[in-house]
Amino acid sequence: MSVQLAMPKSWRVDTKPHKFCPGCGHGLVLKALGEAIDELGIQDKAVYGCDIGCSLLSWDFFNIDAIQTHHGRTTPVITGIKRANPEVIGIAYMGDGGGYAIGSQHLVNAAARNEKITLILVNNTQYGMTGGQMAPTTMPGQKTETSPYGRDPEKTGYPTQGPEMVAAITQEGAYVARGTVANPKQMKGFIKKALENQINGRGFSFVEILSTCPTNWRTNAEDTWKFLEKDMTKYFKVGEIKVPESRHEEGK
Amino acid sequence: MPEKPIKGDKRYFMTGNEVVAYAAVMANADIMYGYPITPQNEIMHYWTRMAPKYGKEFLQTEDELSAGFTTVGGVLAGRKAFTATAGPGNTLMQEPISMAEAMRLPIVVAVQQRGGPSTATVIYSQQEVTLTTFGGNGEGFRIVYSTATHQELYDYTIKAFNTAWKYRFPTFILGDGYQAKMRESLTMYDPESRGIELVSPEAYVGMPGTPGIDRPPGQYRNTYNVEEELYEVLQQYQKEYDAIAPEVAEFESLGAEDSDLVVVSHGVVSRAAKEAVMELREAGVKVGYFRPITLRPMPEKQLREVANKAKTLLIAESAIGQLARLVKDSIYGCGAGIIPLFKPGAGITAEEISAKIKSVLG
Repeated sequence: MSVQLAMPKSWRVDTKPHKFCPGCGHGLVLKALGEAIDELGIQDKAVYGCDIGCSLLSWDFFNIDAIQTHHGRTTPVITGIKRANPEVIGIAYMGDGGGYAIGSQHLVNAAARNEKITLILVNNTQYGMTGGQMAPTTMPGQKTETSPYGRDPEKTGYPTQGPEMVAAITQEGAYVARGTVANPKQMKGFIKKALENQINGRGFSFVEILSTCPTNWRTNAEDTWKFLEKDMTKYFKVGEIKVPESRHEEGK
Repeated sequence: MPEKPIKGDKRYFMTGNEVVAYAAVMANADIMYGYPITPQNEIMHYWTRMAPKYGKEFLQTEDELSAGFTTVGGVLAGRKAFTATAGPGNTLMQEPISMAEAMRLPIVVAVQQRGGPSTATVIYSQQEVTLTTFGGNGEGFRIVYSTATHQELYDYTIKAFNTAWKYRFPTFILGDGYQAKMRESLTMYDPESRGIELVSPEAYVGMPGTPGIDRPPGQYRNTYNVEEELYEVLQQYQKEYDAIAPEVAEFESLGAEDSDLVVVSHGVVSRAAKEAVMELREAGVKVGYFRPITLRPMPEKQLREVANKAKTLLIAESAIGQLARLVKDSIYGCGAGIIPLFKPGAGITAEEISAKIKSVLG
């Protein structure tokens, strides 16, 4: 007898099993997001936008209104929806290429305007869907299809520190954190807080999630986990980076 | 809060950009997203002045990509959303417009053409015809109204929102810098007082009820897995576009049915063409005038009738053959020859058209 593992209530059962590669971190992030949506009771209000790249495979992932957009353009689409209908809870889901390269101007400006939306950016250090090219988040020395001898920081810079940048340019009220699929409980907590921040109308909320791509990393299970936990965390510090002051303190 | 800035019919003397802003308010547009570029800026200026008075919203974005994609978002949320752009901004805008095309999203875009290619001039041209009708990596599933007067800017801006929401194709008001900046008289009116019913928008996302429980989720994509899937979608779009084209297409003509030479032009150049043709006809010269008001779809049937009777079409435009390509495509196989009067990025006067007609007729 097979045992059906519990799925979040907000998942769309008829589109499962999902389409991500074995070992991919997206499923874990989307599970955490689904559980956060369930716990906050916002399935009827959430509007989900996904980018181009592997994230697009989630366009019919939830029983939630959803739009698959263009590469890098999920932030303005969700911004446009939220501005036109502030009642919705806008969730923009994207990869590191979409958020930090082709869509970086949208991330920077949406953050600077303190748009009341939630961005979840999955960082797996390269472009997954297109076959493993170097991304802004590729680690120094990491081999990708467009850095076959390893990323040379002298020529191509160091990994983008996304949440740190967002924290620096957002005003009070923003929520910024970096989670990892290696710690699902903490990751879910960050996502939930980011959504709550929007529900409370406080400001921009941004969570980067460190994730895995064994397909393009060409790693086995052990090396995949090692890269995620040991190597990536050298550059990408996990934790909350900007938290709004509590309402209690605000009332003082 | 007053509901509308215009009650009954009233004469005004104002710039075209101001007219577009008023028309958008009177069309019950809810939200404008925009990025500054000359010569469309005053559409935003007037919209932002009126917006709080009539419960409207505005967002100034970081670029035209964002202006286009936020407009897409506004429409998805079920609001009448629009933007305005020109030149290099129109180039960037093609990416969000192609998404709107792919997903049949009724965005409305006012384009005030400026010189091209590149930054060129901020003044005037008719060089954004190809871009506006067939830009992006697609098939031109769009509706484009090319206006010639301020009255038309008002009429067709109101109409553009109705057309977009009725047929669900991205819809454009194609003006130019002359129309944008020039002051002219027009009559503004409440469309509903003239029996023009304003089509109501509908939400694609954020409807009442819990998706998967009370209703199916509203889920939309523009990516397909296999070529057959895409082919089927595009075949259906083409079928629907072809079906509505005859009722959407608009034109204006004068003496085109009995003349050997017919001047074909669009937009502001058609004012000069009309003046030249009327003067020559008064002087007894048999010459005709034809103007497509919709450049996409083209009024193909009527244009073919003209091109089957006339010997020559004189195509006058402030571009090197962008209108001419649309015309040639429409009249393929008809008898008329084509003589160009192309002035890229520069205005064309009635005198120039008249002189050209005379030189052709000999």
